Amino acid sequence: MIQVFTFYLFATLVIVSGVMTIASRNPVHSVLWLILAFFNAAGLFVLIGAEFLAFLLVIVYVGAVAVLFLFVVMMLDIDFSELRAGISQYWFPSVMLALALLAELGAALLAHNAGGIDIAGRTAPTPAETSNIAALGQLLYSRYLFIFEAAGLVLLVAMIGAIVLTHRARKDTRPQKISDQVRRRPQDAVVNTQPPVGQGVEL
Amino acid sequence: MMNDFLLVLPELILTVSGLILMMIAAWAGDRAAPALTWAAILTLATAAAFLPGLASPGGSAFHNLFAADPFAAYTKVIVYLAAIVSLFAAMSWFGRDRDYRAEYPVLVLFAVVGMGMMVSASDLLTLYVGLELQSLAAYVLAAFQRTDSRSSEAGLKYFVLGALASGILLYGISLLYGFTGTTGFDGIAAALGNDGVSTAELFGLVFVLAGLAFKISAVPFHMWTPDVYEGAPTPVTAFFASAPKVAAMALLVRVAVEAMGPAAGEWRQIVIFTALASTILGGVAAIGQKNIKRLLAYSSINNIGFALVGLAAATPEGAAAVMFYMTVYVVMTLGAFLVVLRMRDANDQPVETIASLSGLSRTRPMLAMAMAIFMFSLAGIPPLFGFWPKFLVFQAAVAADLTWLAAVSIATSVISAFYYIMIVKMMYFDEPAPAFAETREPVGAGLILASALFVSPLGYLAIPALSAATLAAAWSLF
Repeated sequence: MIQVFTFYLFATLVIVSGVMTIASRNPVHSVLWLILAFFNAAGLFVLIGAEFLAFLLVIVYVGAVAVLFLFVVMMLDIDFSELRAGISQYWFPSVMLALALLAELGAALLAHNAGGIDIAGRTAPTPAETSNIAALGQLLYSRYLFIFEAAGLVLLVAMIGAIVLTHRARKDTRPQKISDQVRRRPQDAVVNTQPPVGQGVEL
Repeated sequence: MMNDFLLVLPELILTVSGLILMMIAAWAGDRAAPALTWAAILTLATAAAFLPGLASPGGSAFHNLFAADPFAAYTKVIVYLAAIVSLFAAMSWFGRDRDYRAEYPVLVLFAVVGMGMMVSASDLLTLYVGLELQSLAAYVLAAFQRTDSRSSEAGLKYFVLGALASGILLYGISLLYGFTGTTGFDGIAAALGNDGVSTAELFGLVFVLAGLAFKISAVPFHMWTPDVYEGAPTPVTAFFASAPKVAAMALLVRVAVEAMGPAAGEWRQIVIFTALASTILGGVAAIGQKNIKRLLAYSSINNIGFALVGLAAATPEGAAAVMFYMTVYVVMTLGAFLVVLRMRDANDQPVETIASLSGLSRTRPMLAMAMAIFMFSLAGIPPLFGFWPKFLVFQAAVAADLTWLAAVSIATSVISAFYYIMIVKMMYFDEPAPAFAETREPVGAGLILASALFVSPLGYLAIPALSAATLAAAWSLF
């Protein structure tokens, strides 16, 4: 019973927060709604017994990707004084949101302990004694090795692309030239002078 | 496991060479770009020589994730050749503006690896990862001239719409996986064949087809094509219009036949709709165009529509006709783009207006003749080779009791013939526009000559060989 209840709770919240991600006018709010959506998706993962994926979703997506999004959004031209003006009136919704997330985690754990949901028609069922991470690793590095390597290639292309599109050799930057620094001798850099009293030094 | 690696040998060669070239590009900088391009061309030729499925029997590798059959081998030969030609074009075109960069051949190599995965995909995962690899490289190539605002705009537009298409495709994949319980093409076909096509599976099928229709720029998912083709640097546009189109089309054929074969009755309606919509819109919307690259974009939409007519037949002959069509289409399109690449005004700046072609027969008779051959061939006018694949797809459609589809398509090909012939008329009968700058590119001229000869009536000599190859390729799917 509790599985069904939590499934509908998470699923509804995923959809609602997904809609709000698009619908909210403030991009910062969009990212926050996105985080809520990730959280609920993680709850769904816990529900089907994929706790490792759930943690990955929270750690990678909420912890890294969404925070990166927030940074990008902060670089946009947003009037932050206007945003900050109303911050005190949001304390109640934000606390409620935090409590909701906490309650969801509890519900997910309860449902997980109650047995989880079995997916129908799985072609590759996980052996009972294998833990989640071990099962994933066994598939990822044997059966799906080819896809795994190809996914690495996709990331490499993304990296090359980012460098191609943004890197430029600028004339006004001063990169460190280590060989020049090492080659420099005291006699090139240090000069002994004895200026007369009352006169400056010509450098 | 050793055998698996032999079957993906072309991809391994391309990947390793791409990684080495990338390191050279990082250390040597942009002055190494021409040398790297030659190395990339050599790599592509080497990879083609090691294609399993051509001389050797081929097979499937990595637990049925990757199919190295004659169909994949045939498509990869075309893809590699198209990539080689577009690399030649890019080297000379960017070289004249002195903004050729060393990453270009590297990105093309990785895009070709992605295309190889696409045409060899026998699992939805391979399909998606290959498609993403190709698309990511393509987004970067579209925005390659980053100081040019049109190029950046093209890259951004392509990226946003491509991401949307990937989302649609992934949604379809997840539905298909959820309701058939597998991502393998054979498993999906078995599930669809066992107990009919359920509504949920139909939804997945429609979404997957929609995502793939975006990649081949079939109507109604074509909106990005004219803008991206116009904005991207011309050699990149030539690349987009050739290799990835063939790869995506081959992927669509494979998914439709291998994974969704039992649901042919369902997807046939979708394919027929997109085929008709593409031929009609590609024909009508091209008429008012002023920019030759936009016009060729609509021409590619139009041609994809005709190729889809062959797929609608859902027979081995139909699939063979599609591959035949794409082969000839690639030659015609690359030839036309090679001519466009030579359009430069007296200051050596590229020009793209159709008006600048007028009276070309008097200033550059050979170039005008080549363009006329490509235009007549794209229009499918009989003595030229472009007629034959059109004939083949119509024949396949008629054989599959789709006579009405063939009849309507022939009618729409008359519409599209109008603007092709209009260009020929401008080149031969209008007052000359300012002459183009002289170009000294023997390789480019040789490629134009070769493609013009291929699509001229001489191409009919290749029919026995091409028919045998395409039929063998198509039969390996059924």
